[in-house]
Parts: sequence; C-alpha cells; structure tokens
Amino acid sequence: MSKTGLAQFQQVFIEESLEGLDTMESSLLALDNGGDAELVHTIFRAAHSIKGGAATFGFPEMSSFTHEAESLLDEVRGGKRAIDGAIIELLLRTVDCLRAMFARAQAGEPLNDAVAEALRNELAAAMGRGAPVAGVQARREVDQADAWTVRFRPHAGMLAGGNEPLRLIRELAGLGELTVKTELDRLPATLAALEPTECHLGWTIELKGPARRADIAAVFDWVEDECDLAIEAKHIVAEVASPVATPATPAAPAANVADAGAVRAQREASAESSSVRVSIDKIDGLINLVGELVITQSMLDTFRGGEVDASRLAMLEHGLAQLARHTRELQESVMGIRMLPIASVFNRFPRMVRDISQKLGKQVKLDLVGEQTELDKTVLEKIGDPMVHLVRNAIDHGLETPEKRRAAGKQDTGTLTLAASHRGGSIVVEVSDDGAGLNRDAIVSKAVQRGLIASAEGMSDEAVAELIFQPGFSTAAVTTDLSGRGVGMDVVRRNVSDLGGTVTIRSTQGKGSVFTITLPLTLAIIDGLTAAVGEERYIVPLVSIVESVQLKADAVRSVAGGGELFRFRGEYLPVIRLHDAFGCDTAVQAIDEGLMVVVEGDGARMGLFVDGLIGQQQAVVKSLEANYRRVQGISGATILADGSVALIVDIAGLVRLQGRRKAA
Amino acid sequence: MSDNHRSEALQSQYLTVNLAHEEYGIDILAVREIRGWTPVTRIPQAPHYVLGVLNLRGAIVPVIDMRLRFGLERESYSATTVTVIITVAGRNFGVVVDAVSDVLDVADDAIRPVPDMGVTVDTEYLKGLTSAGERMVLLLDVDKLLQPQDAQMLEAALPAASDVKAVA
Repeated sequence: MSKTGLAQFQQVFIEESLEGLDTMESSLLALDNGGDAELVHTIFRAAHSIKGGAATFGFPEMSSFTHEAESLLDEVRGGKRAIDGAIIELLLRTVDCLRAMFARAQAGEPLNDAVAEALRNELAAAMGRGAPVAGVQARREVDQADAWTVRFRPHAGMLAGGNEPLRLIRELAGLGELTVKTELDRLPATLAALEPTECHLGWTIELKGPARRADIAAVFDWVEDECDLAIEAKHIVAEVASPVATPATPAAPAANVADAGAVRAQREASAESSSVRVSIDKIDGLINLVGELVITQSMLDTFRGGEVDASRLAMLEHGLAQLARHTRELQESVMGIRMLPIASVFNRFPRMVRDISQKLGKQVKLDLVGEQTELDKTVLEKIGDPMVHLVRNAIDHGLETPEKRRAAGKQDTGTLTLAASHRGGSIVVEVSDDGAGLNRDAIVSKAVQRGLIASAEGMSDEAVAELIFQPGFSTAAVTTDLSGRGVGMDVVRRNVSDLGGTVTIRSTQGKGSVFTITLPLTLAIIDGLTAAVGEERYIVPLVSIVESVQLKADAVRSVAGGGELFRFRGEYLPVIRLHDAFGCDTAVQAIDEGLMVVVEGDGARMGLFVDGLIGQQQAVVKSLEANYRRVQGISGATILADGSVALIVDIAGLVRLQGRRKAA
Repeated sequence: MSDNHRSEALQSQYLTVNLAHEEYGIDILAVREIRGWTPVTRIPQAPHYVLGVLNLRGAIVPVIDMRLRFGLERESYSATTVTVIITVAGRNFGVVVDAVSDVLDVADDAIRPVPDMGVTVDTEYLKGLTSAGERMVLLLDVDKLLQPQDAQMLEAALPAASDVKAVA
C-alpha cells in the first residue's frame, strides 16, 4: 500500500478509534456505577479493534500498549480477575493515554512518552498481581530473542473471514529466516469428509533472526481470535528488564487527569474540519426534495420563450409558489445535515464530574436531560468550553461537601443537571445544581471592594448575580475567599455571546443555582435588519436589536474625551456611529435625520447610529476569512437579492472595538 | 511523463495584463477566471489598495486594485477594465487591471532577474523580467500581492494588546 493511501486510512482509523475510546470511557464509568458484565465485552471489543487497527495502520507502539490493556481486560472477561475500582481507574487512565497518543499521531509526533511508559508498566504490574495464569507469566519473561518457534493452528472458520494464512507466513518471513513445517494431523481421513471452505492445516514455524515478541504477535493481530497461537523463544538474547516494574509515582494520576482536558481541547481543535455522519433518512429526504425541485423546474420550463396567456397565468403562479416552498424545504433539510445531537458534548461530563468530585471529596449525581436535542455542528463544537466552565464551577463552588449538606438538611449526594431543549428558534442549555446558591453578601462585599458598585442598596438579587459576569470577578484571589461563584464567568459570557447567545443566572441562597445558556440553532443563517449608512448596506442581526428610536438633535450629549451618550428608558447608553466605526463617507451626520438602533451585545447596551433601516431579511452567513481575513466588528458577509455583498455587523465585536479605541 | 515534466520545467505560460502602459505577466496556473469590472462592497479597516469584496458565485472574494498596490494613480474604470481572479494557496482574490492582452510562453531561462533599482522602487512583488518581441514584460509574484501573512500577524497581535489593556 502506498504511503499516501495508508495516510488516508489512518485518518479514518483515528476517528473511529476516538469513538471507540469514548465507548470504552462511558462503559467503564457505567461499570463503576455497577453495570453488568456485558459492558466488559464492549470495552474489550473496543480495545481489541484499536489494537488490531493500530498494528495495521502503522502504529506499533499503540498496538503493543493497547495489548497490555487488552490482556488485562481478557482476564476480567474470562472471569479470572474481578473488576474493582483500581482496575477501572487504571483503564480510564489508559483511555486518556491512548487519546493523547492519537493526538500525537495526528500531529506527527512520536507516540510514546513517559506517561505511556509508566502506564504500560502499571498495566503489566496489574497483570502480574494476584494469581495470573502461568502461561501469561512465562510469555512475559522473554521479549526479545534470536530464534522463535511459532505454532499457528487456524480454527476451521478462519478462511471464511477472509484471512489468508499464506499472507501471514509471508509477512512473518519479513522478520527473519523461516523454516515452515505443515501439520496435517487435522486432515480428515476421507476425501468426502473434507470441507473445502475450511482450514484443516496447521503450521509450526521456526524463525531465525533477532525479533521482538510484539512484532511477531502483530502479524497475527487480526486472526488472534480465530487460531491457536503459541510463540516460544528458543534463544534468549540478553537479560530483559524485570517485567513487574515499579508502579508509577503517585503524582502520575493527577497529572493524567489534567492532561485529559488538554488532549480533548487539542482534539476538538483538529475536529473543526472533520467529517459529519449523516443518517440515511436525512439524505433520502434531500434526494426526494431535489426530485421535486427538478419537476417544478421542468414545469416552469414550459413557460420559457413563448408568451404566457391569461389562462396559464394561474399555473405559472402555482409553479412559482411550489418553487418557493421547495427551496425553503431544501434549505431546512440541508441545514438539518449540520444538526447533531448535543449528546456528543454531554458525554464528556460523566467522566469529568467523577474526577472532580473525587478530588474535592464531594458526592455528585449527574443527570442528563434532552441529550438528543439537535443543534448546529459549529455551535456544538464551541459550546463545550463554556459548559465545562459552568460544570466545574457548580461542583467546586455550588455543591457542598456531604457534611455541610447534612447540616443543611439535604441528602449527602448533590445533584447536577444538564438539560437541553428547543425553545422557538433557539436552543436552551441549563446547568443547574442543588447546592448552596450564590452568596449575595460575599458578592456584594467583593464588588464594593473592587469598586464595581458603591453599595448594594436597592439592588435586586438578579442585579447582584449579574455582577459575577464582570471581568473583575475572574481573578484567582477572588475565588479563594468568595463562597459564591465567579471563575472566569466573563469568559463564559464572552464565548456565548460570540455565538450570538446569552447567559443568565437564577439562584436561591441555600437551594442552588441555574445557569441558562440560550443559543441560536444555527450560525449559518441569521435574521437581520438591513441598515443604510451612506451608500453602504450593513446587516444588523435581529437578536442583537432591542429597539430603534428617532432622537431629537439635543438628545445626544457629548462627554469629555470624545464619547457620546443618550438617555434611553432611564439609563444612559453610549453611541456608536456606524459610519465612524467603519469609516463610511457620505453618511447622515445629524442625529435627528438618522435612526438610533438600540443594540445589546457582550452584556452591554448601546446606541448604533445609522442613516435608516431598509428592511428585514434572512441572511446566509458567508465567511470573510475564507479568502481574506477577520475584520473587527464584522462577523461575516452575505449576498443580497441583487447579487451584491453586504457585511454583517458583529455587535459584541463592535463594543470591543469601541472600547479599544477609547483605551488607545 | 518525464519528458513532459522537463518541458514544463523549461517554460511556463503567463497571462499579460496592461497597467499604466506597462505589461505585467501573471502565472497562468494561478489565474482562475477573468471578468468585467463590477462594483464591490467596501470593507472597513482594510489597506487602501483593497477595494472591497465581491460575490464570486457565492464565495466572498477580496479585490485589490493593482494601480493602488503599485502606488500609481487610480483611473476611472472603463469598458476594458477587468478583474482577474487569482488563486494562491487555496485562497481567491481579484486584481483590477486596465486590460488583459495576451498569453505568453516564457522559457525559464529567458527570465531575467529584476535589477536593483534602489530603495525608492519597491520590487519585492516582481519575480523577474522577460521580453516578448520589442516589449518588456514584468512577471508578478502573485503570492506577495495580498500579503495575507502580514494581515494575519497584525490581527493576531491586536486582541492580545486589548487584553493587556483590559487587565491593566
């Protein structure tokens, strides 16, 4: 197979294996919570295909590493070893380590590192512990030898699986000089008893030349379940390091947990351009729609050229209406392809919750609701990080220790709920806990101390809760002496608002808190108002618009330093003149001739001054970055009905752009 | 195969375009299409030579004016003004030139290096010179026209600067 050909399959193998690892992880967690024995088989199968695939696609290190885990799993599966917390912990770390290996494989780095080595020794040590079968011990003692005897007895059905013994032996010949002896003892006595599709032969192969056991075993990876295989060393090269190595240092597990997050992040970054799996139903639906569209088109085609008399006018109208309907349906279906269930984001949390709660000595039960809720792939990829933040906060600061919970008259185990649902054109994700809730007094005193507010007099609970989204609340010094929340909540809000969504919080002291993230279903199409500025047209996303007002010339006041403010429903809002921000000529300058659009972005309100609003339209968002680069204050471009390009205003970005100008 | 390869290495084709009475050559493999001048949508915070973006069958493509890029006077756009769409490293952009004239076969050994014309003349976007009959053709290095690297570096630097300010 050519190098490029193999690389192409490597990518598929990596994607599949990562899914396999996800399966292993979730099954291990289920097993930890008292799942049944079938789970062990699931885990074993996943490990087995990763091992086999790794050997085939040129990752021998990964293959031999997985082999250790597989051997351990095999003993569990065979009932030779009872599964316990220690083994699950070890296997979970193996999963993390394999993820890291795959990340390194994708980056083209060497696969093995110190963590992998240490873990491999631990796995080997776990195998050596207790009462392992004698054969296992013996196999372990020799890893490298000058000569080997391989006894290879295929099961009768091996050929049916498409495995060709000759090919295996030929591959073995690549490792050294072979002397092959065919064993005929299983041949049936009469020709009539010979089943031509079955394998009746066996081989004893003498291999001369220095080879590693793992290399020989790798040749038989795919047929391991379908043959009896014995590999014996005839001549030992040198003293081999003791198989039962010292267990890894106690620091390793902690480091590993931290690594897992980093690896996931890496993986997510690389996944942005990866593939989507689409159910065949969705594709069939699309094909149907395209068929309808073709029929409509050919119907409309009959009107081409000739004159349309009044009698056929109704038919033309009907055709156009049909075209409009099919176009809309097609648009919805195509968008549907990008929609994936949120389960892929939710699935990372059971493990995370388990790790964090163990570390903090808290008991947490995780409830997942609405995992099948679908949302756009782009949104899905970006919602993960804010949610990780919220979940971590909820366990760290929200939920109390069992003692405190008991003192407060609650159950020992706290409940953390992740819920997703559709609401109108949005998706709502809630992260709720039944913990202590926000501590109003602590927040207020912090805010006063940091100069964010003068006093909390007359402030509602909601207004106080809002304070934790202030950037000032995100430094480490705050979190240590604040019993409420506040680690990087401003970052959470910023990430969510970059996606065109909002974060709100509801909290009752002593009862718990609910964080609600509201996001648009898709980033591919937005509803917007077309605004005119001079000769130019800009699209302002409808979700950002609060309302638009026409102001009197004296309603806007200049502030020292060049800013402008106007009064809107009892509060003073800054004014951004779009023509200033984007440098347009020939725009309306006088306040009373233009329109003030009150917009909200990044948690702040402001007035956007434009010449006027032209109308509402759906805009298909196109990337500026694909061919050019990102522009501050612009989230993308769209194509208007006349074929020209209009830019889409990024309100949150505009707020930041304006802030920077002021700072500069 | 190897014969083919050799002849390719020896000569390449260039699309020649006119710009203020000079003739420039663009590697024809980089040219995606040639279209008449259509108005573009201006983009904020762009260098002065980036006129804006246009809709190329659904893709948003930036357009630069070669005259402005080379520090020449801008002329009003006429019937012969064309936009040449160029693809470099998977990214498309359009360049506005006065007119397109010809396709030239240029042997590699007929390309002369650009003489050093002192610091006053910016020659970094030229790959070399060649002659077609009596005429001199300046061969463009299309990779350097839009300088996306510069743009990205600048962009990468900006948010970092703002964060520093926010913390301070």
